Amino acid sequence: MASNQALILNTMDPELSEVRHTVQEALHTLSSSKDGVQISEALRSVKVYLDGMKNPVLPREREEFSKIYFSTFLRCLVSKLSPDWLELLPAGQLEELWDSFFLEGPADQAFLVLIESIIVTVGLSYPLMKMAQVLSRFLKMGRLAELMWEMCQQKVPRGSSLLQETLLSKVVCLPDHLSNQMKEQSLPLFFPQNYFPLLGEEMIQVLQRISDSLRGGSDCSIFFLSQILAKVCIHGRQKEILGVLVPRLTELTQADCIWQRLSWRLMESVPDRGMEAVVSGLIQEAPGDRVLSRLLGNLVMKNKKAQFVVTRKCLLLQYRYSTEVLQNLLGYLALDSHRRTLLLQVLKDLLETWGSSSAVKHSPVEQQLYVSKAILICLSHLKESEIDHIREELLTAMMGGVQCHIESSLPQVRHVGMIVAETISSRIHLEGPHLKFQYEENKLTRELLSLVNLKPAAASPPASGSPVVPAPAAQADCLSPEGKAHQEEEKDKGSDSDLDSDDELVPYDMSRDKELKNAKAPVYIRDCLEALTSSEDVERWEVTLQVLESLIRRSPAATKEVSAELAKVLLHLEEKTCMEGFEMLRQRALVAVTVTEPVQVAQYLTSQFYAMNYSLRQRMDILDVLVLAAQELSSPRSLEKAKIPGPPEPGVQLLPAPLTPQSNKVPSDDWRRIVEERIKNKTRRFAKGSSRSSTANGPNKFNSVVGYFFFPLIERFDRPLVTFDLLGEDSLVLGRLVHTVGILMYFAINTTAAVPMGKALLEFVWTLRFHTDAYVRQGLLYSISSILWSVPAERLLGDLTDELLETRSWLAAVTENDPDEDCRKLAMQALLLMEKLKDRLQIGSS
Amino acid sequence: MALPPPPPRFVLRGSQSAVNTLHFSCRSEADSPPLLFSGSLSGLIHVWNLQTRRVDTTLDGHAGQSVYWVKILEGQHLLLSQGRDLKLCLWDLAEGRNAPVDSLSLDSVGFCKGSVLTEGTQGCWLLAVPGKGMDEVQVLDMPSKTSVCTLKPEAGAKAGMPMCLELWKPPSGSGPLLLAGYEDGSVILWNVSERRMLSRLSCHKEPVMSLDFDSGRAKGVSGSSEKVLCVWSLDEHHSLKVCRTQELTNPGIADVAIRPDGKILATAGWDHRIRLFGWKQLKPLAVLDYHSAAVHCVAFSDPGRPGEQLLAGGSKDQRISIWSVYSQT
Repeated sequence: MASNQALILNTMDPELSEVRHTVQEALHTLSSSKDGVQISEALRSVKVYLDGMKNPVLPREREEFSKIYFSTFLRCLVSKLSPDWLELLPAGQLEELWDSFFLEGPADQAFLVLIESIIVTVGLSYPLMKMAQVLSRFLKMGRLAELMWEMCQQKVPRGSSLLQETLLSKVVCLPDHLSNQMKEQSLPLFFPQNYFPLLGEEMIQVLQRISDSLRGGSDCSIFFLSQILAKVCIHGRQKEILGVLVPRLTELTQADCIWQRLSWRLMESVPDRGMEAVVSGLIQEAPGDRVLSRLLGNLVMKNKKAQFVVTRKCLLLQYRYSTEVLQNLLGYLALDSHRRTLLLQVLKDLLETWGSSSAVKHSPVEQQLYVSKAILICLSHLKESEIDHIREELLTAMMGGVQCHIESSLPQVRHVGMIVAETISSRIHLEGPHLKFQYEENKLTRELLSLVNLKPAAASPPASGSPVVPAPAAQADCLSPEGKAHQEEEKDKGSDSDLDSDDELVPYDMSRDKELKNAKAPVYIRDCLEALTSSEDVERWEVTLQVLESLIRRSPAATKEVSAELAKVLLHLEEKTCMEGFEMLRQRALVAVTVTEPVQVAQYLTSQFYAMNYSLRQRMDILDVLVLAAQELSSPRSLEKAKIPGPPEPGVQLLPAPLTPQSNKVPSDDWRRIVEERIKNKTRRFAKGSSRSSTANGPNKFNSVVGYFFFPLIERFDRPLVTFDLLGEDSLVLGRLVHTVGILMYFAINTTAAVPMGKALLEFVWTLRFHTDAYVRQGLLYSISSILWSVPAERLLGDLTDELLETRSWLAAVTENDPDEDCRKLAMQALLLMEKLKDRLQIGSS
Repeated sequence: MALPPPPPRFVLRGSQSAVNTLHFSCRSEADSPPLLFSGSLSGLIHVWNLQTRRVDTTLDGHAGQSVYWVKILEGQHLLLSQGRDLKLCLWDLAEGRNAPVDSLSLDSVGFCKGSVLTEGTQGCWLLAVPGKGMDEVQVLDMPSKTSVCTLKPEAGAKAGMPMCLELWKPPSGSGPLLLAGYEDGSVILWNVSERRMLSRLSCHKEPVMSLDFDSGRAKGVSGSSEKVLCVWSLDEHHSLKVCRTQELTNPGIADVAIRPDGKILATAGWDHRIRLFGWKQLKPLAVLDYHSAAVHCVAFSDPGRPGEQLLAGGSKDQRISIWSVYSQT
């Protein structure tokens, strides 16, 4: 390089060699002299070439200096940098002079020299700090804009692309370099969160100059800016830089077509590898689809990469964006007639994914939700005419999709499927019957429905001006005559009520005013049986069902005689009339029967679970009843409640005649309390133990019967019937079954059967562990947790070591690989439980 | 939390048959106790002494046929009773007598209770009873028993049988008017002296079982076998207009009664309950649930003694419940 330079110098004109002479002399002085005055003289002689305004220096000389000698000279300056050297002249004169070379000379070279010198400096030292300070002044003075502007003005000669590349990487990686070198001493300006916004501001400055020069008729290249933008975004700093660029550009492109063109050009020139980062950053930062459209233009039509990112990657391959971002993205596609073809294509792709049963089964719920949201937004953007063209395709996609969604055992997936199908059907058949599903209202469904009802016009506020708000006065005027009459009537009523009100009459409690039932409630269990099976009298049937549970609880002996029969009747009971709370009443009655006579009824119910000719609903009812009965049996409180009937309500006539009126005023409970309070007041206590709340306790009734509940349930799950195939398509029931046995296991804590149950359940889980349905897997993981919880730890580790180890590796695999988030969480919990168990045992043994 | 409704003040047992109708008589001279007359299914009329709460007298004049209307004519010691034996008996109860002094044979076999309007002149009063024809109402001058007029809706009206009658005289001083509820659910206002229909209001879909009218407010109420209570008003042009309707929990209203002071409305329900409403705005006030069978009739005592305004309900369960509710206001 140096010899090359010399060669060029030798062939130069005499005036130019004068520059060379000056520079060489100055360099010589710098390297040899220790005299401050002499050095400053030499520096000043060189500085003449920098600020040409005051000096009679030829432009050619200045150009030569800046092109050929400037960076060499700067390097020399850097090498001289030391505290002693700078103090050769008093009052920081030399320092001032030193700085000015970097701050006033050509920005690109000064920047490069500074950064490179900083990079090569070893360890924290004075020169490093000094250079960092100069660099921060450089940044603060807006020299970066200068630098970029210079790059934009160049007509991109081939040779200088190396320089461009270097500059690009240095500008973008400045925070990294600085923090690598300076560690904790780094200045706040070099932190990414401060530096990139500054860079953004500088880019706007440059764009401003470009737009001015375009208006002036001269041409500029915007390529360098696009490269910087792409590189910053690739480095993951979209938020910082676009957070500055997007609002400013939004403002500037509002009414100015040159700025719009500039913005489009800026985005189009982004190199392919940065396109994804830039576009995904933009759709997140843009405040609305109209702004996005203004900033991007028709980028997706021109650039294949951008099209891929927008139509496939953001929608089908990722699912991390919020609903607002989705709305931005799809709204952007919908805004332009060219892009609407893409919107239709996107909708088709989305529907294909949505309707694919494999996707429903294997992709995470969150992604399915994301795709569904995108579909709903797409649909809200489509016009009637467009839907006409794809009506058939929509219908086919919907029919397939809704089936595989409704089959799913996860309620979220079902709800999503229902809502999407409802929306599609309402869009393809404007009049005529729509699909209508029943789903409960929750946060998810509300959010989805709000997307459905969103009209594209409402989605994005009009770009210019505030939305026109109709004056409230106009509304009052346009009331129909009936409305007015109604209002007047109201007024009349009002005045009437002022004069004539019943307010002084205080109403009594009227809550007992219920509809009168003619039928009399049966008093004996056998009557109930008869009423439920043979009675044609609907009212009697209803009344019977209402009193049945309390009857069973009141007369356990009578219930035991007919328990199996009663359970059978209740299990097969169908809702004859539209009765309020039928399911609940029936279930409670069944639970009461089961609790009263656990062995017989549980045997019956578990055998019926695998019997022919039951609906899935009935089978799930059986599971519910078993769980509720097990809960009641295992909780000590139920025993107490069942044993002690409430005190008989004293009838008015039965009260003995009071001897004195006063003694009758204090009911029996009250005097006890009063006496206790008096004793408390007059008794001194020296220490008070924590008042112990008396916990209910009693024998665990579940202990003796748990086997009847548990084992028959897991015996025959792998034997399919004609109408009932647990391992096949009835995986919903399988999921419920797995959950049920898990719960039974949990309630079996402290029972003697817990160990064999745990063993059997572990085997059961092991056979099913790779089930495709997430709901089943959740149940399995839950069962594992309840095994760990209920089986005594020493028995678990003693008798079931091998199984436990296998399970553990399975759990570890699930935590990492399972697509369902709930599964991962449950597996994690089970693992933690297992770890705790091990710790406890170790502590116990040591 | 609102108070639970009060229990009955006391209960009169011993009519030994379903109670069809009740009538208070409290405005007598200071020495005579407040009385309650009840007519029962067995054809007996019981005269209850409200101080002793016992039966004073039992009157038997309807040959064992159900008595469905009793009414005392104030100041004349005259008791009117109407029974299913197609007779209207007049009893003079002065000095312990207990035999009918006069009777009038009726032609209607329906359940329509009569109505009485006492004219200013001593001893003269108007009586409205269902007439000979199916849809007729006959108005008689009493005690002469001369027919004043027969009121019959025009041929195409299809009003059906009259179900309840209410004779009254507007304060303006014009001739007596008659409000009649009909089988088709309509209420018709008749001008008795001109013998013409003034207004007709179809306010129910089922037969009107009972009506009462508050001439001070020119407002009346009617109940039918359906679930709705209907309040209507009469404007200065003698036309009826529905004011408001009140939905009830259970269908079937056997009787309605407005308290003489115009504050409370009581209804007797087939659902065994007596309901109370504020009469001005029809604000629901209380549901009195004591009887174990349909309540057939309700009656308020005359405001004879302040603070002692009683309500009586007679039921198919053979009991008469006496209530003292909102009696202080």
